[in-house]
Amino acid sequence: MDLNTVWFILIAVLFSGYFFLEGFDYGVGILLPFIAKDDLSRRVVINTIGPHWDGNEVWLITAGGASFAAFPNWYATLFSGFYIALLLMLVALIVRAVAFEYRSKDENQTWRKTWDWVIFFGSLLPAFLWGVAIANIVKGVPINQQMTYVGGFFNLLNPYALVAGVAFVALFTLHGAIFLSLKTTNSLEEKSRQTAFTWWWISLIFVVAFVVYSYFATDIFSRLGFNPGISAFIAAVSLILAGIFVKSQKSGWAFIMTALTIVFTVITIFRGLYPRVMVSSLSNQWDLTIYNASASPYTLKVMTIVAVIFVPIVLIYQAWSYWVFRQRLSTKTELEY
Amino acid sequence: MDPLILARWQFAITTVYHFFFVPLTLGLSVAVAIMETIYVKTGDETYLKMTKFWGKLFLINFALGVATGLVQEFQFGMNWSEYSRFMGDIFGAPLAIEALLAFYMESTFLGVWIFGWKKLSKGAHAAVFWLVAIGSNLSALWILIANSFMQEPVGYAIQNGHAVMTDFFALVFNPNVWVQWPHVFFAGMSTAAFLMIGISAYHFLKKSKDAEVYQKSVKFAAIYGTIGVLLVILNGHTQAQHMVETQPMKMAAAEALWETEQPAPMSLFAIPSESQQKDYLSVRVPVLLSILAHNNTTGRVEGIKDIQNEYSQKYGKDNYIPPVFLSYWFFRIMVGVGFLMLIIVLYILVKSLKKDYNFKPSTLKWLIWTLLLPYIANSTGWIFTEIGRQPWTVFGLLKTKDSVSLAVSGTEVLISLLAFALVYAILIVANVYLLRKYAVAGVGEIEY
Repeated sequence: MDLNTVWFILIAVLFSGYFFLEGFDYGVGILLPFIAKDDLSRRVVINTIGPHWDGNEVWLITAGGASFAAFPNWYATLFSGFYIALLLMLVALIVRAVAFEYRSKDENQTWRKTWDWVIFFGSLLPAFLWGVAIANIVKGVPINQQMTYVGGFFNLLNPYALVAGVAFVALFTLHGAIFLSLKTTNSLEEKSRQTAFTWWWISLIFVVAFVVYSYFATDIFSRLGFNPGISAFIAAVSLILAGIFVKSQKSGWAFIMTALTIVFTVITIFRGLYPRVMVSSLSNQWDLTIYNASASPYTLKVMTIVAVIFVPIVLIYQAWSYWVFRQRLSTKTELEY
Repeated sequence: MDPLILARWQFAITTVYHFFFVPLTLGLSVAVAIMETIYVKTGDETYLKMTKFWGKLFLINFALGVATGLVQEFQFGMNWSEYSRFMGDIFGAPLAIEALLAFYMESTFLGVWIFGWKKLSKGAHAAVFWLVAIGSNLSALWILIANSFMQEPVGYAIQNGHAVMTDFFALVFNPNVWVQWPHVFFAGMSTAAFLMIGISAYHFLKKSKDAEVYQKSVKFAAIYGTIGVLLVILNGHTQAQHMVETQPMKMAAAEALWETEQPAPMSLFAIPSESQQKDYLSVRVPVLLSILAHNNTTGRVEGIKDIQNEYSQKYGKDNYIPPVFLSYWFFRIMVGVGFLMLIIVLYILVKSLKKDYNFKPSTLKWLIWTLLLPYIANSTGWIFTEIGRQPWTVFGLLKTKDSVSLAVSGTEVLISLLAFALVYAILIVANVYLLRKYAVAGVGEIEY
C-alpha cells in the first residue's frame, strides 16, 4: 500500500472520529432547547459534554490540517470552492465554542437563553453542512482543469445534498439523545430515551432516502456494485439494532450501535470515493485523486511517522478523559458550565 | 471589488484579533500552572485562590482564542488556495502536527482541569494544567515553525512550480524559529504579568478583601513580568540582528533607511514619505544603527533603494518595498511600549521585593490601564513582521498577489469579511464584559 493510500485512510479515520465524537455533542446541542426547559436541567445537559466538546472538535481541526499536509490541492480546492458553506460552518463553530464557556458565567436569563440558541444553531449548522459537503464531494461538483471549483454556493444546495444534510442532522441528533440517556438520571434520562426513539425513526427514514438517492445521484453503484460490501452492511444493521436497544433501555449498547453506524457510513463513503478525493462533474479526467492532489513522498513519509507515534497517544488520553467523567450527571451534581 | 485587497484585510483582521487572546493564553497558562504547583507543594490556600481566580480569567480568554483559531486553520484554503497549493507540502505539515501534538493536548486536558477539581488528586490536577500550558506553547511553536518558513525559507526545493519539503529538521531548526518563538513566549509572559498587575491594582484601590491574594499576585507578576519583559527585549535585539541578515528590506523599512549608510544612524523620529522615497523631520542618532545591527561602529546597513534595485535584478522587475510608514511606526510603537513596560515592571518589582504594597491611589489608577500595554506591543509587532515582508507571502518564493484563491469572488470575500467582523465585534463585547465582571468581583466571589 502506498503512502497516498495510507493518508487517504488516515483522513477517513479522522473524519470518522470527528463525526463519531462531535456527532453526539452536536446532537446534544441540537436537543438542548427542547429536551430541557428549566435552567438547571439545561446546565446538566451542557455539562454532559462539558469536558469533551473541545477535545472532540480537535478531530475536525486535525482532519483539516492533515488534508492540507497530505493533499494540499484537496484542501485548496475544497475550502476555496465550498466558500460560503465553510464560512457559515466556521461562524457557527466559533459562536458555539464561546457559548459553552460563557453561558453560565452570568445569571441573567436573557444572556443564558441567547447562548442556548447559539448552541442550538451552532450545532445544527455544522451537522447539516457536513452532510451537504460530503454529498457534493461524492456526487461531483464543477471542477476545471486547474483544479478550481467553478460552481457557486447554490450549486451545492441540490436535492441530494439536502437529503444528506438532513440525514446527518437526524443521525447526530439520535446519537446525542442516546448519549444523554447514558449520562443523565431520572426524568431527563427518560425523556432522552423517548427522544432517541423518535429520532431513530427519523434517522431511519432519511438514511434510507440518502442511500437510495446515492444509487441514482452518484457513481457508487457502478463502483461498489449493488451490494456495497461489509461496511455498508454493518452501518445498516447497527442502525436497526440501535433502535432495538433504545427500546429495551440498553443505552450503552445503543450508543455503540449509533457510533458504528456513523463510523461505517463514513468508511463506505470513503470507499466509494477512493482513489478520488473530489469528483469533477465536468470531466473525470479533472477529478482530484490521492495522486494528483498529494504532497511529496517525503512529506507523506514524515507525516506518517508523526501520525504513527502521536495518534495512539491521543487516543489513550482522550479515552482516559472519558473514563474520568464516566459518571451520570443529575441536578444535584456540582456543575461547572 | 478586488478579492486580493479584501482577503488581505480579512487575514489582517482575523489574525490580529486571534492574537489578542493567544499571548495571554501562553503566558497565563504557565503562570497558573506555577501557582497551582506552589499550592500543591506548600498547601498555602492563598495560592489555591490565586489559581482559581486567574484560572477563571484564563478560561474566559481561552475560549475566544480557540474559537478564532478555527478560522486560522481554514482561511488558507478559503482565501489563499494558490498559496496552499504552492506551500501545502511545507506549510500543511507543521499545521497538522500542531493539531496532533498541541491542540488535542491543550483542549482535552483543559476539559479535565475545568471539570476535574473533585475527580483528581491535587497533584494530578496541577499536572493536568501543566499539560495545558505545554500544549498551548507547543502550538505556538509549530505555527511559528510554519510562519518562519515564510520569513526564511529553508529545507525545500522547487518542483513543478511548488515548494517541496526536502529536510524536515531544517524546517524545525530554522534559525528564525528560535528567535521568533522565544519572542512570542516572553511576550506572553509579559502580557499575563501586566494583566495580574492591572487587576490587582484595581483591588488595592478598592481595598478589596483577600488583600494577601492580590499582594502575592503582584509579587508573582513582578518577578514573572520582569523576566518576560527583559527577555523579550534582549531576544528582540537578537531577532533584529537576524533580520538584518535574512530580511534586510524589512529592517530598512523599520528604520525608514532609504539610502545605504556606513556607519548607519538610528532614526528616533521620522515621517517617511513613500512616494518621494525620503523622510521628513528625521531625528537621527549617528552610528547607533550600526552598533545595534552589527555590534560595531563601522557596520554597513543597506538602504531601501539599493535593496529594491538588487531585488529587481534578482527576482524580476517589481516593487519590493513594503509599506515603509507603517513598518517604521509599528516597529517604534512596539519597541517604545516594550521599554515603557520594562520601567513599570521594574518599579513594581522593587516595591514588591520590599514588601511595600502601599501605592498612591493616583498611581493605582494608571497602573490598572497598563494591562493594555502588552496588547499594543503584541499587535503592532505582529503587524510589522507580516507587512514588513511584503510583497512576499513566502520571502523570495511567492508573492501575495499570486497567493489568493482563484475560485473566490470579491463579493464572497466581502461577505466573509463582514461576517467575521460582525461576529468578532459581538464576541469581544461579551469577552470584555465577562473579564471585567470576574476581575472586578475578585477572589471572594468564586466558589471553592
